[in-house]
Amino acid sequence: MRIPCPFCGPRDSQEFSFLGQTGLKRPDPNAPDAQKQFHDYVHIRDNKAGLTKELWLHANGCRSWIVVERNTLTHEITGSEFASPLTKEAAQ
Amino acid sequence: MKNSNRLASGGLIDRAKPLSFQFDGKTYQGYAGDTLASALLANNVQLVARSFKYHRPRGVLTAGSEEPNALVELRTGARHEPNVRATMAELYEGLNARSQNRWPSLAFDLGAVNSLLSPFFAAGFYYKTFMWPAAFWEKVYEPLIRRAAGLGKPPLSDDPDSYEKAFAHCDLLVIGAGPAGLAAALTAARSGARVILADEGPMLGGRLLSDRRIIGNQSGLDWVKAIEAELGSFPNVRIMPRTTIFGVYDHGVYGALERVNDHVATPPAHEPRQRAYRIYAKRAVLAAGAIERPHVFGNNDRPGVMLGSAMRTYLNRYAVVPTKRVAIFTSSDEGYATAQDLINAGASVQAIIDSRKDATISAPKDVPYFKGAKILRALGNRQVQGVEIELADGSTRILDCDGVAMSNGWNPAVHLTCHQGGRPVWDDKTNAFLPGKLPAGLSVAGAAQGHFSLKDTLTDGFRLGASAVDDLGFKAHAIAAPDTDPESLAHIPLWRVKTSKGKCFVDFQHDVTDTDIELANREGFRSVEHMKRYTTLGMATDQGKTSNISGLAILGEASGRSMAEVGTTIFRPPYTPVALGALAGHHVHKGFRPTRLTPSHQWAEEQGAVFMETGLWLRAQYFPKKKNESWLDAMNREVEITRSKVGVCDVSTLGKIDLQGKDVGTFLDRVYTGTFSTLPVGKVRYGLMMREDGFVQDDGTTARLSENRWLMTTTTAGAGKVMAHLEFCHQVLWPELDIAFTSVTEQWAQYSIAGPHARDVLKKLVDPQHDMSNEAFTYMACGAITICNGIPARLFRISFSGELAYEIGVPNRYGDALIRAIMKAGEEFGITPYGLEALSTMRIEKGHVAGGELNGQTTPRDLGLIKMVSQKKDCIGKHMSERPAMLDADRPIFVGLKPKNPQAKLTGGAHFLDKGAKPSLDNDLGHMMSVAYSPMLKSWIGLGIVKRGRERIGDTIRAVDFVRGTEFEVEICDPVFFDPQGERLRG
Ligand SMILES: [Zn+2]
Repeated sequence: MRIPCPFCGPRDSQEFSFLGQTGLKRPDPNAPDAQKQFHDYVHIRDNKAGLTKELWLHANGCRSWIVVERNTLTHEITGSEFASPLTKEAAQ
Repeated sequence: MKNSNRLASGGLIDRAKPLSFQFDGKTYQGYAGDTLASALLANNVQLVARSFKYHRPRGVLTAGSEEPNALVELRTGARHEPNVRATMAELYEGLNARSQNRWPSLAFDLGAVNSLLSPFFAAGFYYKTFMWPAAFWEKVYEPLIRRAAGLGKPPLSDDPDSYEKAFAHCDLLVIGAGPAGLAAALTAARSGARVILADEGPMLGGRLLSDRRIIGNQSGLDWVKAIEAELGSFPNVRIMPRTTIFGVYDHGVYGALERVNDHVATPPAHEPRQRAYRIYAKRAVLAAGAIERPHVFGNNDRPGVMLGSAMRTYLNRYAVVPTKRVAIFTSSDEGYATAQDLINAGASVQAIIDSRKDATISAPKDVPYFKGAKILRALGNRQVQGVEIELADGSTRILDCDGVAMSNGWNPAVHLTCHQGGRPVWDDKTNAFLPGKLPAGLSVAGAAQGHFSLKDTLTDGFRLGASAVDDLGFKAHAIAAPDTDPESLAHIPLWRVKTSKGKCFVDFQHDVTDTDIELANREGFRSVEHMKRYTTLGMATDQGKTSNISGLAILGEASGRSMAEVGTTIFRPPYTPVALGALAGHHVHKGFRPTRLTPSHQWAEEQGAVFMETGLWLRAQYFPKKKNESWLDAMNREVEITRSKVGVCDVSTLGKIDLQGKDVGTFLDRVYTGTFSTLPVGKVRYGLMMREDGFVQDDGTTARLSENRWLMTTTTAGAGKVMAHLEFCHQVLWPELDIAFTSVTEQWAQYSIAGPHARDVLKKLVDPQHDMSNEAFTYMACGAITICNGIPARLFRISFSGELAYEIGVPNRYGDALIRAIMKAGEEFGITPYGLEALSTMRIEKGHVAGGELNGQTTPRDLGLIKMVSQKKDCIGKHMSERPAMLDADRPIFVGLKPKNPQAKLTGGAHFLDKGAKPSLDNDLGHMMSVAYSPMLKSWIGLGIVKRGRERIGDTIRAVDFVRGTEFEVEICDPVFFDPQGERLRG
């Protein structure tokens, strides 16, 4: 598998480590139901078959956390971007 | 008998280079260019192996990588390799091969008695015969089966050869260098695209090496030579012979195995035996050709029965007449080409037995010719001695022959097209499974696509080579396929001879017969996937290259379904077996786990230190004073001297992270349980770090070096994980924070000087302008200083041992000099170096948590550190660690444990039980996490977690270790065994 790193270009997947689904927002710690929200944030995942957005760390490369758009049924990768919006902005 | 089957001239062998080799201890001769199989056949060695299950005599069936029968053990000693296909083993001087699966000898095999027991060995026999009693499996059945049915034996010593991993990139990868592959490579190469052309054989040409063909106005071989020469002239082309593309992976990644030195006895110095490539190809053309189908008839596995295409390969490429009186069994016009080649070579074609009633092709002159006829069985045992045939009118007769050449159409080599989940599709026109959905970027040319004629193959190659590179923006010039000599390919497959007599093998390597498949069908294993697993058809090392399709057809016939309805199983990587050594490459031994050395390593070696691996680091475990001082004695001495005088320990392996920016304090508040933003410059604070799920992941100290610069330390083992965690927190959770950080673990050497004389030693090293007094440089102070006349250093007054202690860090290059300087300065105070054992003992005496306690299953509360979780702020893991069950008073909590008998050797992992309680999960109170012998207390001591432990201080419980078979009474106590007020470290 090859993953396109927005900083380094397409690199072998061996250079990356996988974290999981992205788009999770860390809950507001002051919310009245914060504990429940944190439980879901830590444990509940969509586990989608199909198009997903995932977090990968380019561990043996530029050490960017990146968001990779991947189809889990075909392994097709349709895009990637820096996880940090500031880095994303700076790159443009 | 020397090369009795070798033609006087012709072939692609080098007659100027005769080679001698051994098979089963006998010496034979062959030539450079031979395979082991062709050389054996040249010497009329027909019986080369015994089969897997029935130990039936087997010969050479094919001339390629699909060979199921002729498996041998190659080389001797540590280089001994089982299951080598004789058809792929290139001959070299001194080659030594032995037959497999035979006992006591190839010709006389006692295991052949299995044949008589064959009713017990039918499909599913593993599942039926050996079911009961269960205890018999390990002691009786398995050893019996292993002895009877092994596939060769592995070598018993380490492989002396080396293997490499390599990477290659190209625009177009061409898989297979037959006519289609050569055509594709040539078109692409001329366009300027970067091309890799790989073929599993040592020579380019594919079938053109085996059949005498005409392309344009030249011979097939001359055409190959011309293209090979032109390809060789391009700098953008890389030709890789002896290279099998064994797998297709995501995104244009192809696995390849280059057999760099399999064709010589031992690799030359500094060269690997094999090299495993990852080839990154933007496009690929699969031109893997096709594999001829055998016929399924009685005793079709007898030595002398061979594929017709293989027979032509032996005749034309190796100048070997495998057998001299041949019966041709054909369902295709190609059988006639085989007959003609045999006649040209001076062999006798005893008959052509064509299963087609209405075959239109005419037989060579004077050859007995039977249309609509079949072979019922082969006669003879160790070699074919005739065949019994059934004529169109149903009558039978016996024909004399010593070999059979089978032609039953071709199976396209679609294997690689399946590696991304594609399923081959049955095509009634070609009577073959053709590639289904293709891996992205791959196209299929020639026979692999079911385009069997040479002209079609060339057309495909030129066309697909061009379109692949055009896709990438190159401009390929169309090349028209030259005309070729006429060929006749009509065929109607005959899936089996139903009226056969004797065993009819479908899968030669796994000894699966047609009746096994019928049995599977009768017993309800009708899906191809079930039938495959029940009969083991296609599950041997050849993955059923010659057998799968016939097996499917027989299943279809037995269950009244068409080929399309039956469908097919799919092929998975690797196409042919790949040695694990090749996949590992240099990543073995120290290449797999390299050793990291601290700057003081050489010095520690000079002191006679005993080292141990922690993570990848080699750290001094203890420093024995005399050769025979035990680790316990050495540890005791090191602790006693450190606690009474002074000691020094290398702590360079701790992870160090340099953090900068105005928001570092805020960041640390969020990742640590405690508050850091309030930490004054020049101070250090201990920090506990949780994962978001509420469990502690690491601990360490963080120093504020200046307003916006901080230095964090992590545990040795946790350094990498913590770094990735912090990067996640910054880049994903809080990108708005103005911080930047990087690992500086390897940039700084750091030593801990501990003990009552620590300051005295330090004063001799630190440059005089720095005030080192207890008042000026207090406990938990830090600062930049200079030592030894101007060397920049960092000083931290922190203590893991509980003694007055300083950690002093210098740029890595000064590490060796500094440890020597510390030892010299400490000499007058009786300084000792101490290792990990003493370090660990002292931290256990002090009740400090470390690896055993930070095991990913403990919360701050479990570790008795709940006061370190600030209630004034949120941090990673806070909410999850405070879930009700996590705070349950019954959840085991951190305590110290002291055995009633001080000499009772406690063990980590022991479980705690109340006196008289039966060992059960319900009665389990917790477990021991760390133990040490404390020279200060003159007793073994331990740290662990105990249910309601804090309320039970003073109680006696049992520490039971079922693994090591020990049980001791222990008293629950405070985890701080030594200097509970902490007076020493402030002194
Ligand atoms: Zn990168």
